[in-house]
Amino acid sequence: MLRNLRALFRYRGLIQTLVVRDLKARYRGSVLGFFWSFINPLLLLLIYSFVFTTVLPGIHPPEMEPYALFMFCGILPWTWFSSSLLESSGTLIAGGNLIKKVLFPAEVLPIVTVLANMVHFFLGLPILAIFLIYYRHPPDFSDLFWFPIIVLVQLVLTLGLSLLVSSLTVHFRDLKDLLGNLLTLWFFATPIIYPMQQAPENLRWALNLNPMTHLSISYQEVLFYVGPHGHWRWLVALAAMSIVVFLAGYFVFDRLRDSFAEEV
Amino acid sequence: MTPAIDVVNVSKVYRRFARKKQFATLKSALLSGSLIRDLQPDETFPALRGVSFQVPKGCTYGVIGRNGSGKSTLLKCVAGISRPNSGTIAVDGRISALIELGAGFHPEISGRENIFINGIMLGLTKKEVQRRFDEIVEFAELQDFIDAPVKTYSSGMYMRLGFAVAIHVDPEVLLVDEVLAVGDQGFTLKCLDKFAEFRRRNKSILLVTHSLDLVEKFCDQALWLDKGQTKAEGEPKRVVASYIIDVEQTEEHELAKAESARLAASASAGASVTPERLPDNPVETGEAPADMFKATEGRWGTREVEITGVTLIGEDGQPGHVFQYGARVAVRMSVRAHRPTRDFVFGFGIFNADGVCCYGTNTNLEELQPDEFSGEGQVNFEIASLKLVEGTYRLDLAAHKLDGYPYDYHRLLYSFRVKSRTKDVGIYRPDHRWTFSSNIRFKTGDGNRRD
Repeated sequence: MLRNLRALFRYRGLIQTLVVRDLKARYRGSVLGFFWSFINPLLLLLIYSFVFTTVLPGIHPPEMEPYALFMFCGILPWTWFSSSLLESSGTLIAGGNLIKKVLFPAEVLPIVTVLANMVHFFLGLPILAIFLIYYRHPPDFSDLFWFPIIVLVQLVLTLGLSLLVSSLTVHFRDLKDLLGNLLTLWFFATPIIYPMQQAPENLRWALNLNPMTHLSISYQEVLFYVGPHGHWRWLVALAAMSIVVFLAGYFVFDRLRDSFAEEV
Repeated sequence: MTPAIDVVNVSKVYRRFARKKQFATLKSALLSGSLIRDLQPDETFPALRGVSFQVPKGCTYGVIGRNGSGKSTLLKCVAGISRPNSGTIAVDGRISALIELGAGFHPEISGRENIFINGIMLGLTKKEVQRRFDEIVEFAELQDFIDAPVKTYSSGMYMRLGFAVAIHVDPEVLLVDEVLAVGDQGFTLKCLDKFAEFRRRNKSILLVTHSLDLVEKFCDQALWLDKGQTKAEGEPKRVVASYIIDVEQTEEHELAKAESARLAASASAGASVTPERLPDNPVETGEAPADMFKATEGRWGTREVEITGVTLIGEDGQPGHVFQYGARVAVRMSVRAHRPTRDFVFGFGIFNADGVCCYGTNTNLEELQPDEFSGEGQVNFEIASLKLVEGTYRLDLAAHKLDGYPYDYHRLLYSFRVKSRTKDVGIYRPDHRWTFSSNIRFKTGDGNRRD
């Protein structure tokens, strides 16, 4: 397993090329092309803003304005997370030709999925920056130092889960459908469209078990809330857990690896 | 010197999952607690059983065998795509596997970008692809289309591009699985040239193919796999020859089986008439077809004279169903007259697989006047040299009266196969010879002509 992990480093050129291919191919043939990476999160934001400021005004505490910005801080990384998992559930089957006919390191496929989605996440950040400026809501610059660390933790966690999901889906195809629903539940179980303080006291412990809760809160603290990043202890704990998840995911993937060529 | 490929006692077992398990879901697996068990095979299929061989550096090694004999599995194991269950495989140097061409092309992006991606997938660096780019495009003959998305390519273009990339990876060991059927003759020749160049540069090729010709012409050594086991290994001509004999024997076996099935069917059709009752009760069994040249198999006649057995005998004096072109063949009929008769004709006809009568004759046409026949006897129809092109043929054999009244007519109940190394067409191959004026010259000794 460790040897395979080291080999993974050698494939960085391949991974890089495939991520670029993925991004290029995604919008090939569409009129707006790459702009969709900006437009998609923007549209999503508009929908949520409409729902929470026009349809359901006043369910959020008044000090949380601008609420759209608050939600956007959580939605962007969530989109990265959930699309990565959803896409990686099908990635081995879609890339079956590569696994069956070419000597190809299968783990590259889910990794590429996660990284391509990360690029989309990065492309959404300028939109976020524009909104931060528009609402005159600049984050503390000292807090921004935490931002890459949060992204890194999320990357490791997402990679681990993607490896797990992609390898298990080869054997249990219905995981893909299951996952779609699970992610919807997961979305609402994460303080993204509501602040953590509004969650019922007796459910907080459950939310605290959710790793995405802490990522979401960290993004919000760094980008939205004024004041120092107070959630860093949770983040450090989550970082340790993410590494465990990654190793576990890779372990399962490695164990099932030999069956891919026959099962996909 | 270490061999390029060293395969030692390799076995590969494929797992087969029963129908029920195939549809197993994670949920049901969890509910019944059989998650671990479902991941275990409940039925296995051995694809390779203890195969060992070595490919020395610079050697072109051919693997032949029937469908399902494990050739492709072997290649995948050598390529490292699947892992053998036991045994070891050591490969010295970079491998490129031509198993499926263009696997990994993305249809939406251009040929140019796909060359880079595919090249990197196959283990080149970006710079190396850059260096070989023009050569690849030229080899694939796609200069005009290289910037079009791959989805607009024809399947031939797609394959050529895949082949071009894979062969320019410049491997030490090239694995080829039946991919020479891509493109026109010119392209195939180009591929063969490229293989030859490989050999000159002391690289090794492992070639899986059904083209025995290619193995004989091109390979230094050959391996015949049968049901996952090595049946023969060594000098290509010898391996191919023993493979051909085995294929013929199987065909022989199948023809014999089909023939006995036909005979059984026609016998049961005429079961109401047993030979013992024939003299008193000469009824016709089975309808004679209105058009004698319209081929439908069957048996009819009164059986006053009965054909009790038919054997085809080859040059070696043994009964058989598969003969080489030009062989001496005898058709031996055992006949029995249930009462002495002075009115009898024996007939013989050959039909090809399309039901076309290739040849027909009888003793009357050849002006043999019947005198007397009683008891048991044998009729031999000897063909000095079987001048038919390769294919399967059926036989008509008959005993009847001079006026055509059938005693025992066997229509298309027997078959045999003619094998030929020349893939000429038609039915009949006359003895012939080509001669040319001195300014028309052909290459000699390059193996293109083998007869």
